[in-house]
Amino acid sequence: MSLIVNHVNYIYGENTAMEVRALSDVSFQIGDNEFIGVIGHTGCGKSTLMQLLNGILKPTSGEILYNGQDIQDEDFDKKLLRNKVGLVFQYPEHQLFEVDVFTDVCYGPRNMGLEENEIQLRAYDALKAVKLRDECFYVSPFDLSGGEKRRAAIAGVLAMKPEILILDEPTAGLDPKGREEILSLIRSLHDESGISIILVSHSMEDVAEYADRIIVMDKGKLQFDGSPAEVFDNYEALAEMGLSVPASKRVLYTLQQKGVPVKAKAITVHDAVDEIYRVYSGGKV
Amino acid sequence: MIREITIGQYYPADSVIHRLDPRTKIIATFLFIVSLFVFDSFTGYIIVAGFLATCIILSKVPFSYMVKGLKAIVMLLMLTVIINMFMTPGEPLITVWKVTITKEGFRAAAFMGLRLMLLIIGSSVMTLTTTPNNLTDALEKILGPLKVFKAPVHEIAMMMSIALSFIPILIEETDKIMKAQMARGADFENKNLIKRVKSYIPILVPLFISAFRRAGDLAMAMEARCYRGGDGRTKMNPLKYCRRDYIAYAVCIIYLVAVVVIPRIFVI
Repeated sequence: MSLIVNHVNYIYGENTAMEVRALSDVSFQIGDNEFIGVIGHTGCGKSTLMQLLNGILKPTSGEILYNGQDIQDEDFDKKLLRNKVGLVFQYPEHQLFEVDVFTDVCYGPRNMGLEENEIQLRAYDALKAVKLRDECFYVSPFDLSGGEKRRAAIAGVLAMKPEILILDEPTAGLDPKGREEILSLIRSLHDESGISIILVSHSMEDVAEYADRIIVMDKGKLQFDGSPAEVFDNYEALAEMGLSVPASKRVLYTLQQKGVPVKAKAITVHDAVDEIYRVYSGGKV
Repeated sequence: MIREITIGQYYPADSVIHRLDPRTKIIATFLFIVSLFVFDSFTGYIIVAGFLATCIILSKVPFSYMVKGLKAIVMLLMLTVIINMFMTPGEPLITVWKVTITKEGFRAAAFMGLRLMLLIIGSSVMTLTTTPNNLTDALEKILGPLKVFKAPVHEIAMMMSIALSFIPILIEETDKIMKAQMARGADFENKNLIKRVKSYIPILVPLFISAFRRAGDLAMAMEARCYRGGDGRTKMNPLKYCRRDYIAYAVCIIYLVAVVVIPRIFVI
């Protein structure tokens, strides 16, 4: 499976007074089994980009290729693309509607025209995969807590067995504990089932710890694309965009500036602690 | 897709029409609508169309925006034209099988069609150049005298302004919900009518829930800021008439006289 974004531009409300250029000349590609974090400020075009990937929006110019085929082609099966590229939007309230959680999760597979027992099997597997408590299966989705709703929404898309799962700000509005839980859930989904994940966020902390590759967007342009270590090396450029690098990285960087011989390579808090400890203990760990 | 609905939408631009007092615009629009029904010859339409075209050019709103409003009433327009065309008795023009189009019918249909179109475009000039808030402020001011008869003018204006400001929010929300359901394979283009109606349930349920939630939040926010109705409330920007408003009124009166008098002299 491969998804290639090739010189894509997107303009909202073209030729009106409200014209907004959302994306300009964005190119990158996604392969199998990746975990990509997409970062940028509100309004930098990241949500637009995600909607282009599953064909809900049509690029103003440029093309998107799924396994080598242009998704805007006449004979391309858009429904298939939406099954393969699963998109979970920011607010679970926008997609939950059924009488109970289980039926709601069945909605996606049912739209794919599967057999009834296959539908139910997939719904059950998806709900298990997002680690939703069994008691929640047959309650109204509107009675769930914020974190549980988010799990139900993710299950709703996961039940369609996508090859790429895109999550738009999955931690928005959650408390730190809920945030942590959702993020590690996403990581384990990736590790266990091997699907590619695109995690969209405006928080570096969220992304730094979990993603293997980071894409930084600013003002509709793709600014950086690389491993967390590579991207965070552009400390100053990121600060200029108003994106803070993770606190651990910031501490190491500041120490380095002060002349402490730490290597600013660490990304997670644990690595940073180890690094500082290494330097101050004089190498005797 | 759904964002294309333009009724009640404001088009930001810097023009004389935009700067007019909203009261002037409401009254002028009312006079314009009245003016559509005071003549009975094609000369009148030339004057009306000329006046409207001048307003549109002055407003700096692209003409395509005005016409978009017409899309919503295409069905109504067709129905009116067809009924008028076939149901008016008079001198036969064309007869096909049992259906006869009369000369009078043809004329009546053309008149009604033109009237409706001008009416919609005329009122969209007002809504496109005035923010919903200004519009309801003006309405409250104009209807103010009715307070004497214990009419809840302020409450009505407040309800209208809330309803109007909710339109774009709900449209945007619908758009998001549709996208979220499309990502789950929803199909809104099914040919089967029952299936198509059913396919809208996944949109309507989240939409209603969110509308109720928003309404509750808004009520709470208003109460938290001690809203208690219209008595003694002052405005940050009170409406004030300027010179251009008096000029606009003068132009409207001249126009009205022209529409009443000229078609009677030059009959086409």
